[in-house]
Amino acid sequence: MAALGRPHPALVAGKYLALAAYVAFALFPLYWLVKIAVTPDRLIYSEGTRYWPSAATWDNFREVLGSDFLRFFGNSVIVSLSTAAITAVIAAGGGYAFSRFDFRGKRLVSALLLLTQMFPLLIIIAPIYRIVASLGLLNTLPSLIVTYTAFNIPFALFLMQSFFDGIPKDLEEAAMIDGCTRMQALRKVILPLTLPGLGATLGFVFTAAWSEILFALMLIRKEESMTFPVGLLNFVSKFSVDWGQMMAAGVLALVPSCLFFAFIQRYLVQGLTSGAVKG
Amino acid sequence: MAGIELSGIAKSYGGVEVLRDVDLAVGEGEFVVLVGPSGCGKSTLLRMIAGLEPITAGELRIGGRRMNEVPPRGRDIAMVFQSYALYPHMTVARNMGFPMEIAHRPKAERAGPVARAAEVLGLGKLLDRYPRALSGGQRQRVAMGRAIVRQPQAFLFDEPLSNLDAALRVEMRLEIARLHHRIGATTVYVTHDQVEAMTLADRIVVMNAGRIQQVGTPMDLYERPANRFVAGFIGSPTMNIVEGTPVPDGLRLADGTVWPAPLGARALGIRPEHLHVAPDGDGAGLRAEVQLIERLGSDTNLFCEAPGVGPLLARVHGDVNLALGSSVVLTPDLARLHPFDAEGRRVPVGR
Repeated sequence: MAALGRPHPALVAGKYLALAAYVAFALFPLYWLVKIAVTPDRLIYSEGTRYWPSAATWDNFREVLGSDFLRFFGNSVIVSLSTAAITAVIAAGGGYAFSRFDFRGKRLVSALLLLTQMFPLLIIIAPIYRIVASLGLLNTLPSLIVTYTAFNIPFALFLMQSFFDGIPKDLEEAAMIDGCTRMQALRKVILPLTLPGLGATLGFVFTAAWSEILFALMLIRKEESMTFPVGLLNFVSKFSVDWGQMMAAGVLALVPSCLFFAFIQRYLVQGLTSGAVKG
Repeated sequence: MAGIELSGIAKSYGGVEVLRDVDLAVGEGEFVVLVGPSGCGKSTLLRMIAGLEPITAGELRIGGRRMNEVPPRGRDIAMVFQSYALYPHMTVARNMGFPMEIAHRPKAERAGPVARAAEVLGLGKLLDRYPRALSGGQRQRVAMGRAIVRQPQAFLFDEPLSNLDAALRVEMRLEIARLHHRIGATTVYVTHDQVEAMTLADRIVVMNAGRIQQVGTPMDLYERPANRFVAGFIGSPTMNIVEGTPVPDGLRLADGTVWPAPLGARALGIRPEHLHVAPDGDGAGLRAEVQLIERLGSDTNLFCEAPGVGPLLARVHGDVNLALGSSVVLTPDLARLHPFDAEGRRVPVGR
């Protein structure tokens, strides 16, 4: 009967223990980040391996907020939000087309999109740099927005396509019989049901753009348009690394990501389409 | 309300022809059922009437107006899908009122028809629920309610009961019949279930391999199937078909028994309920061995094997006192024999 009844308590305990171990392992770097951010400069090396410094301070945060960091931060917000928004719109349109229509060249386009995902970014950095330079976009935020959008569209599009595929065609057809044009059916019936997909796509693209450093490093040289991952490197000077401030900046950089996910998480809830059609 | 006329309708996908030469007129207020095996083109035909599939050739008229190029929203029809196709993010009331919402009818004006339809379908208490909180039968009712509310020219049903369990299917079948009786709307109903077809239809259209096989009232099809396909499809259990060699006064079966048949007949059909069963020794007739007995209470199905002739199913009223393996004599009700020619077409009786 053991198979049918409750699982053995030891098994339950083991399961939670394993989960706890994993969570601790995954979150430890974050904990270390916060710990060093609040450690005063003089203690960073002397108490390097203690789990909590003998004295905590907000000094690092204060200095970071007083520096250029706020500007980097603002730039990052602009770049990431724009990238996420533009990508989501394009990916939603493309994903819908891929999911619902058969058109000439569909397989070719699909194969090309997949192909772009196979190159290591490193080998196309030089050509991208040339293109951006000849467009006169070097050292501007739009250069980053355009490149990030271009690189994120394929994955985002496939993601959106799979969400559209999950919405039964019957619903649009019912809407069109009920008096909608295709656009109305899309807006009134399909779009509300795609919000979880749109949320996931926005979240994915936002985080990707937020933490990107390679292109940001190549395309932006001027301080006023640096994004924060590049800005972080400013804490590394020729002779020393300002660990405390660097970590404080890192903690601050986590905030928008967390806020963003808190905002979209209600759209990520699955099961919104249940009840539409018999499965 | 309006009639629907199809003339010379054909449909191909690329080079593949799935429907051809479909001519059909559905009268005002008539309930027509399209029935056939899966892949026969019945759903495609319905979707062409709805405007969800383009028409390759021929003409479709609804209420006398040519509809070939009119998008679904302009055809003033309502459709109930097999999957119900309820909008999951809208309440029952909004689902049912959606066609009016799209037509920009004010909210106050929508409430009346929705409430009345809900009343008819017994959905009064569920108006504020979401589809996910409804049972299969209730969802089906909401889908029907959405169709009723707009008072369309015609109703289209695409296998609406296929997703329900057996008991609910019978209940909803009655409901649809009652509803049609009450509203009297022109209806085209697609199903693969011949019982649904027989019980609901004013007229049945039997389809196979993209062509109409026969159109007629349920009893027409039962009593005078136009060919072997219709004979096998309509009626349950399926009609027995025996082949034979023509002799002057009929058809001689493999065991030598002669059954009367008109000139040109190569096969004879006899429904299980028209085959009499007598214990062995009672005179001449087709001898067979009982191989399986299904007792249904009201009836009993006897699966018999006649040497050389093949398997034959006989259905008798009530119970029988027969054992497996016992030998019986089968005699057909002569007036109920269906003669078919070499191509499987019905041979007219009455020479």
